[in-house]
Amino acid sequence: MDRRSFLKISAATGIALAAKEAPAKEAVNPEEFIGVLVDTTRCIGCRSCERACSVAHDLPVPDIEKDGALARARDTSDTQFTVVNRFATSKGEVFVKKQCMHCWQPACGAACLTNAMYKTRSGPVIWRPGKCIGCRFCMVSCPFDMPKFEYNTWNPRLLKCTMCAERLEQGKRPACVDACPTDALLFGSKRQLMEVARVRIYNHPERYVHKVYGEYEVGGTGWLYLSPVPFEEIGFRTDLGTTPYPEYTRPFLYAVPLALFGLPALLLGLNLLANNDDTPLEGSES
Amino acid sequence: MTQSPTGLSAEVRRVLRFVVSELWPKGPLLTPFNLISVPVILLGIGILVVRFIYGLGAVTNLSQSYPWGLWIGFDVVTGVAFAGGAYVLTFVVYVMRVEKYHPIVRATVLNGLLAYMFYAGALVLDLGRPWNAPNPIIGNSFGYNSVLFLVCWHFMLYMMAEVVEFSPVVAEWLGLKRLRNILSSLTLAAVIFGVTLSMLHQAGLAALFLMAKPKIHPLWYSEFMPILFLVSSIYSGLSMVILEGTISHRVFSNQLDAAKHHQFDDMLLGLGKGAAITMFVYYFFKALVFLHDRQWNLLGSGWGAWYLFEVLGCVLVPCVMYIVAVRTRSTGLLRVAAIWALIGILLNRLNTSVFVFNWQSAHHYYPSWQEIVVTLTVVFVEIWAFRWIVLRMPVLREAHQLPHPESPVVAATA
Repeated sequence: MDRRSFLKISAATGIALAAKEAPAKEAVNPEEFIGVLVDTTRCIGCRSCERACSVAHDLPVPDIEKDGALARARDTSDTQFTVVNRFATSKGEVFVKKQCMHCWQPACGAACLTNAMYKTRSGPVIWRPGKCIGCRFCMVSCPFDMPKFEYNTWNPRLLKCTMCAERLEQGKRPACVDACPTDALLFGSKRQLMEVARVRIYNHPERYVHKVYGEYEVGGTGWLYLSPVPFEEIGFRTDLGTTPYPEYTRPFLYAVPLALFGLPALLLGLNLLANNDDTPLEGSES
Repeated sequence: MTQSPTGLSAEVRRVLRFVVSELWPKGPLLTPFNLISVPVILLGIGILVVRFIYGLGAVTNLSQSYPWGLWIGFDVVTGVAFAGGAYVLTFVVYVMRVEKYHPIVRATVLNGLLAYMFYAGALVLDLGRPWNAPNPIIGNSFGYNSVLFLVCWHFMLYMMAEVVEFSPVVAEWLGLKRLRNILSSLTLAAVIFGVTLSMLHQAGLAALFLMAKPKIHPLWYSEFMPILFLVSSIYSGLSMVILEGTISHRVFSNQLDAAKHHQFDDMLLGLGKGAAITMFVYYFFKALVFLHDRQWNLLGSGWGAWYLFEVLGCVLVPCVMYIVAVRTRSTGLLRVAAIWALIGILLNRLNTSVFVFNWQSAHHYYPSWQEIVVTLTVVFVEIWAFRWIVLRMPVLREAHQLPHPESPVVAATA
């Protein structure tokens, strides 16, 4: 494939982007996890995604024209599942949308003792109120600190971005993706999104750092990011490693059944060895 | 045999009458301990009412970046380490059949049982949605791949094993000799089951933090944390037995006969020897982890100094004190070493779960006064329960002496 034909494909890609979905010759395979590609070079910091998210989830809607929230770095909260932050970088202002990363092997899901935090078959990590006991172990385990707890109610929930799982079931896209005026957000299967991301880096090698955040981080995430500057400059942790987080507890979990059967056998053996109920050997002492 | 139904109902009536008669307080009510503990307990209950109406945020300093605070870090993580004495001592006495420590095994098991009931029970206070707490138990949602699922089950099963281990004492108290013999025959099985579960969940408490890798300071985080927690729980439990034994020895000295007083120092020194050895093993493991991860460069910071204080000041120093105390047969120094070792455990557990958690974050967590009062409430209620039981049941006094020889049923079966 020469440069020219590649550019043609890229142009076709650009057309597909207008539809805010990754180029899909075949339908999205239901067995493939879906996600969103965030191109921070395209984000203008309008925060339409924040407003759309709040409307879609019945949360207090931020006044994005007037509240001046970009002045300081914010975190998501139990009343706001996504926030856009502004970073002053070596390549000027960069706006970064933040929300649950929808990990391929989520730490929160492995932590949850009731499977209330749950990775659905299509990819979104959701929370199921009927199962949750409110132990907050998901919050301890999440490398991105995404689950937020309602501390000021008798009936607290654990809240975070759900990738609009209900909307996806109705065949719609996540609300934030629909609201984005600059196509900074692209919805599709991870395989498709990675293709788009690589094409963009290839076509504009000077515009992007040659890395897609989320391709390998914590074993791969549903949300992927492109950036003009190294990711540390725009508030990402790059020390999280590429091991899926559930792997850190796997050795312990594997040891449990072994110990559960091995230790009693050992203890019983020790007990029989220590048996001194038999009459003591005469003349051996004193 | 035809008379057994009437005999049985008479027996039930006698037991019920006896239990009711035992409910009333024994001893003076206006003791210093009561005067301090009763107001604290009442205040703690008031705080808990507020907590269950207005939510955890109303009384705790927990936040989105510090989801677990004092109630988990002290009550559960530290409390369970302190309660490690029960599994160590039941292993020594029932599995290895070292009769020397038999006289203190009942008090230790009672302490372990109450610690699990109250400290691990305090976990429920921390749950946001406690009405869903049966979910991981009754089987409608089993998170098999969760460390917390295993820890939760091991807690419950271990409490049952401890109930079985302690049940002969209750049977003796009620004067039910035949039942006592049946329950006693279950002890070895319960101990083997209990030691297994204990080792797993002592390690499991550390495994809870394995996925918090980016949040815990690298001087404390290690993939070997479960082994470190398991080894330190052994000397933690032994130190608690030494300290607690010393206290009940003084407070309840009328429950003990002269022979026991004599054996007592011997036992303490034996326990101190065990504690010294396991502490040194723990220290050795800590050093191995430190050297293996090549963490010299981390020592320069304030965190490094805090780490050195914990490992050298609160592990190596009490370890040496234990060794000196055992060599010079000084029970005074032994008690100081025990307290010091327990402070080291407290530091290690609180560091791992609370203090160095989110060490890079701008905010830090300090417990609110309400969290401290509720924690004290839990401790005081546990001491009340311990005192109530020790004053009534044959925990410290002679093990096989049945307290109600006048009971006709006991006389008949005897």
